[in-house]
Amino acid sequence: MTGYLLAFAEAALTLILAPGLLGLVRWLKARFLNRRGAPIWQPYLELRKLFGKEVVVSENASWIFRAAPFVAFATTVAVTLLLPLLVVPLPFDPAGDLLVVVYLLLLGTFFVALAGLDPGSAFGGMGASRAMTVAALAEPTLALAVFALALGAGSTNLGRIVARTLADPSTAISPGHLLAFAALFIVALAETGRLPIDNPETHLELTMIHEATVLEYSGRYLALLEWAGALKLLVFFALLGNLFLPWGLATTLTPAAVAVAAGTLLLKLVALAAAVAVLETRVAKLRLFRVPELLSASFVLGLLAVMSAFLLR
Amino acid sequence: MTPEVVAYALFALVGAGYVGGALATVGGRGAAARRFTVLGALGGSAATLALGLWCLGTGVTPTVRLRFLALADFALRVDGLSAFFLVLSGLTGVAVALYWFGYSPEPKERESPSLLGSTLNGLLLSLVIQAAADNVLTFLITWEAMSLAAYLLVLTEHDQAGAVRAANWYIAVTHAGFAALVAAFLVLAAGDPAATFETMRSTSLPPHVRDAVFALVLFGFGAKAGIVPLHVWLPMAHPVAPSHVSALMSGVVIKMGVYGFLRVTLDLLGGGPAWWGGIVLILGAVSALLGVLYALMEHDLKRLLAYHSVENVGIIFIALGAGLMFQSYRLPALAVLGMVGGLYHTLNHACFKGLLFLGAGAVAQATRTHDMEQLGGLIKRMPRTAVFFLVGSAAIAALPPLNGFASEWLVFQVLLGGSAVPQPEVAVIMPIAVAMLALTSGLAVACFVKAFGITFLALPRTAHARDAREAPLSMQVGMLVLAVVCIALGLGPALVVPALGRIVAGLGGLSAGGVRFTLAMPLGVSGAVGEMSPTSVAAGLAIVAALTWGVLQLCADRRIRVGETWGCGRMRQTPRMEYTATAFAEPLQRIFAELYRPTEDLSIDFHPASKYFVQSIEYRSEIHPWFQRLLYTPVLSGLRAVAGRVRSLQAGSLHLYLMYMAVALLLLLGAARWPR
Repeated sequence: MTGYLLAFAEAALTLILAPGLLGLVRWLKARFLNRRGAPIWQPYLELRKLFGKEVVVSENASWIFRAAPFVAFATTVAVTLLLPLLVVPLPFDPAGDLLVVVYLLLLGTFFVALAGLDPGSAFGGMGASRAMTVAALAEPTLALAVFALALGAGSTNLGRIVARTLADPSTAISPGHLLAFAALFIVALAETGRLPIDNPETHLELTMIHEATVLEYSGRYLALLEWAGALKLLVFFALLGNLFLPWGLATTLTPAAVAVAAGTLLLKLVALAAAVAVLETRVAKLRLFRVPELLSASFVLGLLAVMSAFLLR
Repeated sequence: MTPEVVAYALFALVGAGYVGGALATVGGRGAAARRFTVLGALGGSAATLALGLWCLGTGVTPTVRLRFLALADFALRVDGLSAFFLVLSGLTGVAVALYWFGYSPEPKERESPSLLGSTLNGLLLSLVIQAAADNVLTFLITWEAMSLAAYLLVLTEHDQAGAVRAANWYIAVTHAGFAALVAAFLVLAAGDPAATFETMRSTSLPPHVRDAVFALVLFGFGAKAGIVPLHVWLPMAHPVAPSHVSALMSGVVIKMGVYGFLRVTLDLLGGGPAWWGGIVLILGAVSALLGVLYALMEHDLKRLLAYHSVENVGIIFIALGAGLMFQSYRLPALAVLGMVGGLYHTLNHACFKGLLFLGAGAVAQATRTHDMEQLGGLIKRMPRTAVFFLVGSAAIAALPPLNGFASEWLVFQVLLGGSAVPQPEVAVIMPIAVAMLALTSGLAVACFVKAFGITFLALPRTAHARDAREAPLSMQVGMLVLAVVCIALGLGPALVVPALGRIVAGLGGLSAGGVRFTLAMPLGVSGAVGEMSPTSVAAGLAIVAALTWGVLQLCADRRIRVGETWGCGRMRQTPRMEYTATAFAEPLQRIFAELYRPTEDLSIDFHPASKYFVQSIEYRSEIHPWFQRLLYTPVLSGLRAVAGRVRSLQAGSLHLYLMYMAVALLLLLGAARWPR
């Protein structure tokens, strides 16, 4: 019972933390560019403002447009419940494995893309088309990363993957793991709409992907989508941090262990945020038709990861 | 009443329903005859479904033998595998029959209910007999009957462009496959058409003969199932057939290829060397990927769905191939799991593809077109059809918590189980198959965003779509049945998987002993990796979404203003500003340009005075699968050349024909005299 309560508490905490992580990435990026940057809590202020505004819905839109933010938000929160955040073993481990995580996120993408087509604007359609193209091309890499992790652990369930790496720390530096980490990192950038695949700060219509898809949204619906987006970033960071480097996770339910786990998780998130911020100040956005090249590079990394995991067992 | 008696009674009901339904329109015309035909199909299908479920539940194996010609008995026997396919055809049949009440595929003036009604009932009956056939003759005769019934049904709207061509392709591919099947069965049965499956199970053939039988069977059943490159007839035949026929053909008829393949390779031959499974796996992966890639480029709703059938049959064959492979490596638990994954996806595909074809039929009936570029905005005009189509789309795109996800998850787990095989070639094949399957499912999601989004969302693109009305109630009920089954099968793998495990357990020496299927909430399968529970995922999603909605109702601003779509400064929004299906798929067309090799044709009309004033632009882009031309052109031209030679035999002279007969007779007599 405590396990379940703890899982809910962790998910709630993550939900609250997520906009802060986004703020941190933006702030770090601004600092690297020698700007002062908005404060780290800026996304919270934006969310509060959006929740307090009225919604404008296109006259052409149907119920899909109104349901999509809830679906996107609910799938991301449900994924958070499956993640190893602070404490292992995970109470919800039997409910869903890594494939469920991947496909739940895809469910959110599916509905948001439909919502992009719903108001009948060309921007929304363009965004939906591009978002689905990127999502489809990222899928094989994701599956291979899952496969590489599962091969070592003998299971696709997150709890068992973590347990296996904790039990045998040398697997963390096996070539399979390292390559899978690299592959998943590139895919995480694509899935969360970061540079060089998509520019989260652009408002130039012809270069947008995610921003174009949700162009019609306003008020509380937009707030939900933004929050879900921030949470998705945290989900991928937590996957990268805790599946590949699970140290720090509490295996016992003592306050000290949980505090250590929270501290290390924060450290991992900050480190990954810094990495993304550095990357985003160093690379330019790729042309849309160069994105498949980057994704196929990540695919090759994933394939090498699985093959080395296969052969080096 | 013993379980056997119930089963025989249900058998009789199946026959009575279908035969009655078929005779109703032969005897009479008009609305009453039509109603009786549909009722017959409904009753027969319900009885089929009940029979299948009864046999699965009680484990009885009803056997029927009728004297038939002098050659052989007409033998039927319903074992687990047969019962599964009875469930499949019964379920789809019930939905199709319900839908049929309100569905009139052809305009009233040339309605020919007699032929359509009796042929459709005949097809349904042949599907039942097919799944239950227990000797060579019964199997082959029913196979031919089924193919011919489907051929006639494809020709229902024979004056429609392309219908005759599609039917000819279908019958040609099917008959090529049939020839291979006749050869395979004669080898298997040592030339005895009366041989029952039981005797064929016990005969042992030398390895190279088994390999030959496998190759013939793969070709024969692959042609029916629509495995690449034998899939050419599918995208031609489905758009011209009435939609309830398409649903039945895609849901059940092509699945008989899966049934036959399993029956022969697993049951009669008892599995084979690892390369059998490898070939099936590779063919399946190629079919899955090519199917979805060509589906993406299709803007005809029904042709798009037809290509998705190729994709899904590919996924089924991936699972079966992996299962065969594991069987040869002596990993029975994983082998059973592979077969279970294949059967599960077979059932799921019948449900969601049936649903989608029925939905496409409803759209076509309301708008008189299934070209997506002319549709749009139907969600407001046909709200219920839209919901059913959305359920089908999410299911075929393998999104949780629907049934497509449950079976694809299982197939993924089977492929991950490949890590148990210490062969380097497996280490190469399995990851590539995983990647291809993942790409397939990603592209399928993109494709159904297109299919649903362009057809149902935004503004109607033509007057046809603007004036659309919701489908009649009976059609809605037909779709509702399949939508509910899609959801139920998605939520209940913990119930479905053990039942499928029991079906597979008896076949090909696979015992259920090595596999434990738990009935606990998670889908825990020993020997495989990973577990999940779609029920709790669905519950979690529902709770979080409801909570979010509730909190927003209480805390956030609740005002909603309805306004215009933001237009970046344009004056008025028209449907021409919407993204089209072609535009939606364009990025993927560019990325996979090497595969598609589109032909582009751009002609611009300039003003005579200055070329800076454009009067009209015409752009055409077409995609012809080049590998088909590569494969089929030599075959067809070879056939034509041979036919040209053979024609000289047929000189039109009676004397010559009499001589042929005399020579043939002499040769036969000589052959009969030949000492054995």
